[in-house]
Amino acid sequence: MSASAARLGLVGCPTCRLVSRVPPAEAMVCARCLAPLHLRKPGSIRRCWALLLAAVALYVPANTLPIMYTSSLFGSQDDTIMSGVLFLWGSGSWYLALVVFFASILVPLAKILGLALLLVSVQLRSSWRPAERARLYRLVESIGRWSMLDIFVVALLVTVVQLTALAAVRAGPAALAFGAVVVLTMAAAQSFDPRLIWDPLEEAHA
Amino acid sequence: MNRADLLACLECDLLQADIAYPRPRKALCARCGAVLYQRHAEGLSRTSALTLAALVLLAIANSFPILSLELQGERTAATLAGAVSALWSQNLPAVAALVLFAAIVMPLAELAALAWLVLPAQLGRRAPLFGPVFRLLEFASRWSMIEVLVLGVLVSYVKLEHIANVETGIALWAFVALMIAMAAIEANFDPRDLWEQATAGRGWRRA
Repeated sequence: MSASAARLGLVGCPTCRLVSRVPPAEAMVCARCLAPLHLRKPGSIRRCWALLLAAVALYVPANTLPIMYTSSLFGSQDDTIMSGVLFLWGSGSWYLALVVFFASILVPLAKILGLALLLVSVQLRSSWRPAERARLYRLVESIGRWSMLDIFVVALLVTVVQLTALAAVRAGPAALAFGAVVVLTMAAAQSFDPRLIWDPLEEAHA
Repeated sequence: MNRADLLACLECDLLQADIAYPRPRKALCARCGAVLYQRHAEGLSRTSALTLAALVLLAIANSFPILSLELQGERTAATLAGAVSALWSQNLPAVAALVLFAAIVMPLAELAALAWLVLPAQLGRRAPLFGPVFRLLEFASRWSMIEVLVLGVLVSYVKLEHIANVETGIALWAFVALMIAMAAIEANFDPRDLWEQATAGRGWRRA
């Protein structure tokens, strides 16, 4: 019967990977690299929920407020994230439209739903499909960074166009909300401890 | 009891014993499939070479324009630092800080930490502050987003094409090369190898 290190009274160092016997509570540091040791990340579920709910709250303004104001001789225009996607689609760059749609709209949504599913299943101490949930966690963690795409696009457009006399691009309030969503969901994914997915299984076998 | 051949999966905590011989190049967790380690015989020397190259590329990428635009005879160019200051002057200091953090500070921190740790290890020495710098490296590699920036430049290019005559700058190609170098570092660098090298020498408190 395979078992987790914690169950056997051992702990793996998250920094240098050394496996050692769990030290007494007042000296929970790795014997080799002196990094703090935790059997499971402290307050993982609570912290993850808090960051996730903050991200959900900001997801709404991020998608409804304008992310960019463009003005030129031909008039002015407010762009939301979605209208930016539609602009790319309409101008024939459908492949880039898909990339931006994926990075700016689908990825944050998938991260929020995925983390919520993981949190609820862990809180219910579910033993349902742990390998798939572990894979979901890895997916959520690895795709998160791609949402920064729109922030970089706005930054570059604002900079290149701002100095010309004929047109101006200004960043809108959604850039702030969207940037916060990216940071909050990434921090939420990092505060989740995937080892919690597996703990109920061992208890069921024990 | 600290046994070097014991592995605790970082993602599911399953305790496993490493295979001593023949040592596999890559090991996956038997239960959850997470990567336990990936070793290359030349991993550390490749990492140090790539890190030095990446540092040079990062310097070039931050000193030259990424894109430039020509509109009615007027030419404007955007560097990465220029983008940060443009956002700052538009009363979005938090967004400016985020771009500064993810595209400049964290990539620099990641490469500097790698160089700090790996180059002395190559000479059989252990860098001072090894543990804290290693933790900085892990943090920085999560938040440095060069590959996302490169895609962002591509999207910006297409959007600008419709407004004016847009040209790519040297920094864009430096960023593309940097993205490839950093992907190669990720494929070659194994933290376990570095720790084994670093702790093989004297001066480590053995438990």
